[in-house]
Amino acid sequence: MTGLATAGRVAGVLFTAFFFGLTFEGIGRKITARIQKRYGPPWYQNFIDVFKTLTKHGWTHGWIFDFGVLMALGGVIATLSFVPLGNLVAFPGLDNFFVIAYLFTVGALGMAMGMVGTGNPWASIGVARALTLMLGYEVPYLIVITTLLFYYKTGNISSIIEAQAQAGEWNIVKFPIGALVALISLQGMLGKEPFEAPIAPAEIASGPMVELSAKYMGLLMLMNTFMEFIEISLFVDFFLGGGTFFVFLLKYFIVWTFAVMVSAVLPRFRIEQAVAFYWTVPILLAFLQAFFVVNGWVF
Amino acid sequence: MDERSVWEKIADQLRSRSMWMLHYCTGCGAVELPPSMTSRFDMERLGMGPMATPRQADILLITGYLSVKTLRRVIYTYEKMADPKYVIGFGSCTINGGIYFDSYSTINRLDYYLPVDLYIAGCMPRPEAILNAFNTLMEMIRKGEANGWKRYKENYEWYKQNQLRSLGEVIVHDEFHE
Ligand code: SF4
Repeated sequence: MTGLATAGRVAGVLFTAFFFGLTFEGIGRKITARIQKRYGPPWYQNFIDVFKTLTKHGWTHGWIFDFGVLMALGGVIATLSFVPLGNLVAFPGLDNFFVIAYLFTVGALGMAMGMVGTGNPWASIGVARALTLMLGYEVPYLIVITTLLFYYKTGNISSIIEAQAQAGEWNIVKFPIGALVALISLQGMLGKEPFEAPIAPAEIASGPMVELSAKYMGLLMLMNTFMEFIEISLFVDFFLGGGTFFVFLLKYFIVWTFAVMVSAVLPRFRIEQAVAFYWTVPILLAFLQAFFVVNGWVF
Repeated sequence: MDERSVWEKIADQLRSRSMWMLHYCTGCGAVELPPSMTSRFDMERLGMGPMATPRQADILLITGYLSVKTLRRVIYTYEKMADPKYVIGFGSCTINGGIYFDSYSTINRLDYYLPVDLYIAGCMPRPEAILNAFNTLMEMIRKGEANGWKRYKENYEWYKQNQLRSLGEVIVHDEFHE
């Protein structure tokens, strides 16, 4: 019985990420279009795009490539099923930040391995840039999150959500500097401008995705949607107090819209500029936040 | 024409609503593409957008004259695209050579070398004509008429002969040192 319930919850989480992830992406495209004074595609355009790629006949580039794509998608789905969507938690009690951080690398490494396995130099450059950028945003982000975990003395995300509900105050109010750092890091995680260097369609022919045809492209688009879902969900859970399922989706939508709007009006950093930026401003702010928390200056 | 299964029909509906294009911008016609993409004509409304790599593209836009040297690249590019794929010849240069009809270095008729699904006449075609052409192509895909990629497979020998005749004796060491 409990097994069935767990399976139901996992299905719920995956379906939410699939449906709302793609829908919000479609709405994001519409918002970008409106900012540029265009009409924009319909909100369901991303569903059509994904299903269309699945109907086409693509090429494989050897078993490393196949395996990498499957590992990327599988790793991200595995991570996703541990992320709490507000009060919808697939595995209650196991939604630990460390589990998620650990599983998340499986997806990223699968992607890196598969894409480099295509042998295309642009793919290698794209992957190298993605990993370099990761070196940039992960450090300040992890400092902030560890500060949070230190403050609440737990790695369990649901408990942090509950603590926020009990205090009647979101962490974005309690840790404003940390929230700002996390928001800046989020922009890099989502690969949105000004940190769009890994994809850079006009420069390295969409980087890691350069050799992806048809079905593989569809699977990686899904993976990308799920990854964005995880990253934004974590921000909402950690800083905006989670909430019930629908409240969660509303908060998710607001964060996503904000990221899209920022990316629509900014140009792109070069990769070394991006890392240099992350290692100056956000990292200092992150240390400042950590300093406040360690000294107990939290209100 | 062979019958399409129900799945093919559904797939064609999807394909006609999400078309990613690779524009091979050799000729002057390419300057009409930015206005078709930006706020006045907004191509993304139709679900279309530029793609950076042939692997992901559905449409190959040949925007204008092709010199013999670029022809080889275009053929490479076309063969790298995933089935089903469509080719649009853009401007009079792809139809009959346009103002370069007697040039020694350009080809005159694109569809000797690649299976063109649709031509856009004009030198150069206005954005309205381009969007109109995309609508026509969507209609053709839905009806199952845009099957240049099948023609290319069926008549591969003929296309190959034409390509070889234009390119001359081809000894390719690798892509950069032919
Ligand atoms: S058709 Fe006209 S505009 Fe197009 S490439 Fe030829 S000369 Fe240029």
